[in-house]
This record gives sequence, C-alpha cells and structure tokens, in this order.
Amino acid sequence: MSTLSYEASKKAVFRGFWLLFVLTLIEVVFSLMGKGHIPGISRVPVWLLWTTSIIIIGLSLYKAYFIVFEFMHMKYEVKGLAMTVLLPTLLLVWAIIAFFQEGNAWKERRADVEAKDRIEVNDRVIGMRDSETLELQ
Amino acid sequence: MATETVTHDEDIEQKADWSGASAPFKASYGKLMMWYFLLSDAFTFAGFLIAYGALRFSMPSWPVPDFVFQTHPFSFFPDSWKELPLIFVTVMSFLLIVSSVTMVRAVQEGHRENKNGVSIWMLLTIIGGLGFLGCQAWEWNNLIRTEGMTISKNPFSNHSEGGTYLSGDQLLAAGFTAIKVQEEAHDHGDGDHEHHGMDTYYLAPGERLDVPENRFWVKEDHYGHVMAGETFEPNSPYLITKHKGVPHYQFGAYQTADGSSITKEQFGPKAFGALFYCITGFHGFHVFSGVVFLLIIMINVMSGLYVKRKNGYEMVEKIGLYWHFVDLVWVFVFLVFYLL
Repeated sequence: MSTLSYEASKKAVFRGFWLLFVLTLIEVVFSLMGKGHIPGISRVPVWLLWTTSIIIIGLSLYKAYFIVFEFMHMKYEVKGLAMTVLLPTLLLVWAIIAFFQEGNAWKERRADVEAKDRIEVNDRVIGMRDSETLELQ
Repeated sequence: MATETVTHDEDIEQKADWSGASAPFKASYGKLMMWYFLLSDAFTFAGFLIAYGALRFSMPSWPVPDFVFQTHPFSFFPDSWKELPLIFVTVMSFLLIVSSVTMVRAVQEGHRENKNGVSIWMLLTIIGGLGFLGCQAWEWNNLIRTEGMTISKNPFSNHSEGGTYLSGDQLLAAGFTAIKVQEEAHDHGDGDHEHHGMDTYYLAPGERLDVPENRFWVKEDHYGHVMAGETFEPNSPYLITKHKGVPHYQFGAYQTADGSSITKEQFGPKAFGALFYCITGFHGFHVFSGVVFLLIIMINVMSGLYVKRKNGYEMVEKIGLYWHFVDLVWVFVFLVFYLL
C-alpha cells in the first residue's frame, strides 16, 4: 500500500508523533496566550483572542488532516474512496455557518425579549397613569 | 492442501459479498465499510459539537475553560502549581496521540506479517487508551464531586467583570470579605435528608468574618446586587463555590468590605455541564469500545488467527482506522471545550 520502505515509513511515523506533539503544545500555549496567562496580563485585547483562536483552529484542522491522510492512510487510497468519504463532510461547513448564525440570533432575540418585557412593564405603568389621569379629569 | 482450501473459501466469500472483477476502490469490503461507518460517526460528533457551538453562541457569556479545567492530580507539584490551566487535559491529549502512533506501528508490523510486533504495539495502544480513560475518570470525578458540576448544574461562572473571571482570591484582593455558608443535612436513617433551612447554615470553621450579619440568603430569581440581610434559598443556583475539603455542597458569597452589599457570581449556563458530560462521555465511550475491540483483536493476533486467515492482518488495519478516528474526534473536542 505504502510506497515507502519499512524503515522510511517507520521514521515517518515518529516524525508524525513529534509533529502532533509539538502542534498540540503550540495550541495550548496560544490558548493560554489568548486568555492572558502568558505572559500574564489581566485584560486581553480582543484582537489577541481572535488571532490566537484562529491560529488554534487552523492548527487543529491541520492535525485532523494529518491524522486522516497519514495515520489513516487516506493518502494511499484510491481517489474515489477519498472523495466519497471527504466530500460529504463539506456539508458540515454549511451546518456550522447556519447553526452558529442561529445561535447568535437566539442571543440577540434574548436581548429583544428582555427589552420588550421592560417596555410592557413601562406601558402598564404609563397606562395606569393615563387612566388615573383620565379619572382625575 | 490447506492453502488451497483457504483460497477456495476466499473465492466463495468474494463472490457472495463483494462480487465483480476487482474490489471497488481497490479496498476490501470491511475496510470500505469501516470508512463509511466512521463518516456517519463523524456526522454524529459534528452534530453534538455544532449543538455546543450554537448554544455557546446563543449565550451572552460562557465559562472560561482555563478556569474550569485547571485542576490536576499531580501531587508531586509544588503548592503554587495547584491550579494549572489546561495542563491535565494536555497530558490526556498526549496519551491519545501516543496511542495513535503505536497503533500505526502495529499496522506497519502487520504489513510485515510480524505477529509479535503487532501484539506488542497493540498492547501499548491499549495501555494508552486505558490511561486516557483513567484520566477522564479522574477528571469527571473531580468535576462532579469537588467542583459540583452536573448535567443540570454548572457552578462555573462567566466572564464577570470586564472579561475577567472573578475568583475568590481576586475578590479578596479587591477588598471583599469571603463568607462561606454550608448546608447541613440531617439523615433520618431512611435515606431522607431533611434540610433545616436557615438554622442549619453556618460559617465554615476558621473563616474570617468581620461583618455584622452572618447569614446571607438570596432568592433564586434575584439578579443583580444582593443586599445584606436578604435570604438565600438552599441550593440556590447562582453562587460560586469554593469548597475544597468540605464534604457537603457549599455556597460562597462575597460581601463588600463596608458590609453594604454582596457581590455574587451567577452559575454559568446550565447547558455547559450537559454538553460537557454528553460529548466527552460519548467520546470516552468510543475510547472504551475501542479498547475492548483492540483487546479482542490483540488476542486473535496472538492466537495466530490472522496468520491462518492469510489476509495480512486486515482486522488490525480496520481497528486502527477506528482508533485513529477516536484521536481525530479528540482533536475537535479538545479544540472546542478546552482551547477556545
């Protein structure tokens, strides 16, 4: 299956180990950086949180690619097999966009609902005042 | 003679299950179906993780993972390292990576028809998997029993003050007095716990207390600042807990130094606990079933079954695919729960 010799593929496996090991460490360091543990700042600027988050997501996707293509030997499979397995996962791209947008909409809706509740309370109070005013007249 | 029989059996099997001139995608039936099973499993996990994402996006704030996951069981660390964010879960990740690597080695030895090599590397893989499960058991036990996080209760608060998580130490440093109250339950022998309401709440021994009122109760539906003298409901779900070494569930409240008001921390979003236990539990179940299958296949390898079958340790390749998938899923669980 593999075109590499036994010795070469053995070496490739341990290279893969160090790659995943180092990538995971870098991820953790970036994560702690984004939360202000490294170098120990109390207020993290938003751009730093975003930058580290994007780097972490990128590294995770690379790790996933590496595991599938090297460890699971997808690289050495027939293209058709790879496509039937990998292409359906593209559906998830839309699922992620749609559901995260929906989640965000719930958050905004929550603020709307709370605002509406306040308005109704105020209206009732104002309404009572109006009727009281009318009675007085 | 024996060789002929095996070849003949394979022919029949080929015709029955996987007929045609050549195998589709040049892969055996079993391996191809393992790929498609993993694809469907990937969608299941994606569904869970996307639900997590949608709920997280829907909340104004979310527990900070490096405060939720900062405990570890390493007693040889100095006291100042008692709380190390993400360290324990990084160790768990390394265990899975290592066991993934040993699994690749087992498959490689399988290609060389090296029975002993396959067995040894599979054994190391199993040890890695068991190590991961052990770590997860400790993590869950710690979260449930020490931190008090359950499916329906999440004591981990949000980013509180301007994006900074309020820990007890920080509040003390900012001039707050920590007041800890503890629920005392009376066991009547029939498994019924009776709570004695206000009277059974008391301050933990040794706690500093220099405010006049020593009981602070808050109603569950109360939001915002809590004034001194208000009443707490037992199990009210919004006070942060710091209760190391205390057997009962305990609530912490923080009162300003002048005694005029209490700053409290709300419990975090309820969904956090349910999502955490559901998703890491489902992943842990995959690890567990993976370990069971690895064990069965390792025993088959050692018994020489696959040598008899003459199919080049294909079973090892298939369980290898599954095992790498477990590692692959962990990459994303690690990403969304711990890193982001």
